[in-house]
Amino acid sequence: MTTEPSPGPEAQFRAFLAEGRLMVQRSRTTGRYVFFPRIAVPGSGECDLEWVEASGLGTVYATTVTRQRPNPDGSSADYNIALIDLDEGVRMMSRVEGLPPAEVRIGMRVKARIATIDGAAQVVFDPA
Amino acid sequence: MARALRGKVAVVGTGTAGMGEAPGRSAIELLAEAALAALDDAGLTLAEVDGLFTATSVHAFPTLSVGEYLGIRPRFFDGTNVGGSSFEAHLLHAAIALEAGFCDVALIAYGSNQRTAGGKFVSFSEPYPWEAPYKPRVPLTAYALAASRHMHVYGTTREMLAEVAVAARAWANLNPQAFAKGPLRVEDVLASRMVSDPLTVLDCCLVTDGAAACVLTRADRAKDLRKPPIYYLGAAGAQWHRAISSMPDLTITAAAESGPRALAHAGVSISEVNLAMLYDAFTINTILFLEDLGFCPKGEGGRFVQGGAIAPGGRLAVNTNGGGLSCVHPGMYGMFLIVEAVTQLRGEAGERQIRPCDVALVHGNGGTLSSQVTAVLGSARTL
Repeated sequence: MTTEPSPGPEAQFRAFLAEGRLMVQRSRTTGRYVFFPRIAVPGSGECDLEWVEASGLGTVYATTVTRQRPNPDGSSADYNIALIDLDEGVRMMSRVEGLPPAEVRIGMRVKARIATIDGAAQVVFDPA
Repeated sequence: MARALRGKVAVVGTGTAGMGEAPGRSAIELLAEAALAALDDAGLTLAEVDGLFTATSVHAFPTLSVGEYLGIRPRFFDGTNVGGSSFEAHLLHAAIALEAGFCDVALIAYGSNQRTAGGKFVSFSEPYPWEAPYKPRVPLTAYALAASRHMHVYGTTREMLAEVAVAARAWANLNPQAFAKGPLRVEDVLASRMVSDPLTVLDCCLVTDGAAACVLTRADRAKDLRKPPIYYLGAAGAQWHRAISSMPDLTITAAAESGPRALAHAGVSISEVNLAMLYDAFTINTILFLEDLGFCPKGEGGRFVQGGAIAPGGRLAVNTNGGGLSCVHPGMYGMFLIVEAVTQLRGEAGERQIRPCDVALVHGNGGTLSSQVTAVLGSARTL
């Protein structure tokens, strides 16, 4: 008896992203949203997770600037890393683009965009 | 039942090796040197060790590697790895194993040569798929994010963070074994190189070599050994997340759970603690743990440390060895917290000795504010 090959939640999430869609999981019975994608709701174990399209809107929860040596042309190589709380109530690590990294502020409203990072589709955010 | 362990086992020996820089030495060589020093301190022999507790950043199967190297065939062994807090977890596990008769002489040991082997923080921690694409510097980024949140919610300032580094340096200046010495002012910390806002390089722990170990026995045997026993009073661990992006509230660590539980097991109130050894990988750690362990209200940690309050002569003795910030930080620092607590409780801390010193709280942190393990140790007067 072998399990039918089928992509798990992580692979499904990445496949959605590759199609340009930011999907998050939600429990059918409790309505609770879950991120990162899992096979069950953490802590309570409901296995009734369904995919729903995220609004893409969120708020910066915490932010930092990773300081780097400047690029060879003298331009700044510093980059932002932030934790974003999606309006659905889940948190993810990402970065906020479209403004200097030190100008990202906690509480700032942001909107998700799917970008290619190192050849893979990933979620980044711009000021909303 | 956890309360029943109070005073039943004791740390009877401690040892260190290669503190700071130990060129040409491997991690396990340093670990073994510290282990033998701890046994010698206790007046026990290697052949008597039948409980082995160890973790490093370079051994996938640490009890196997260390057991083989030292020629120990332990009756009980535990390689729990929860980062820098592993050794506080080992302390708890060793107390349980000793009291239950699974072993009679427990060795806890750690060693690292990360400074001379490459000069960078060493970890074999796996990449975390939900963070790695954004290129965080693990663990630095996580602590910077926590600091940003604490500043936003509670008005904590970079000057308050800097006070933690300044206090640690002042203690280090009294410790012959400390690696980073010399005057340090708040302005120096603020003016040093920013590495991940709001943390500068002086808000971050050292990258050193170093090894540390301790030996425990049951209390009846401890009384007959070379040094005054330092008793295990209580310990507890808590973990709520692995990665910083899964931490429920970046201003509240699981120390808020482990601390009160450990103190309850120890039968000690926070006001009775003479010495707080708090894992200071970054300046924000000390502030978070002062709050979560109950030394001050939530959000007040930054204001609590102002004015030299945790420096020599301050209102609370914190990290009297100089901490991970100025004494030693070879990657997983938790074992050094225990060594300093025992040194102070024995009254062997020389110029930095605090008085009175009968109760020490040792708080280990692992991962990215992830694993929190608190232990309470006491002198014979606490029994």
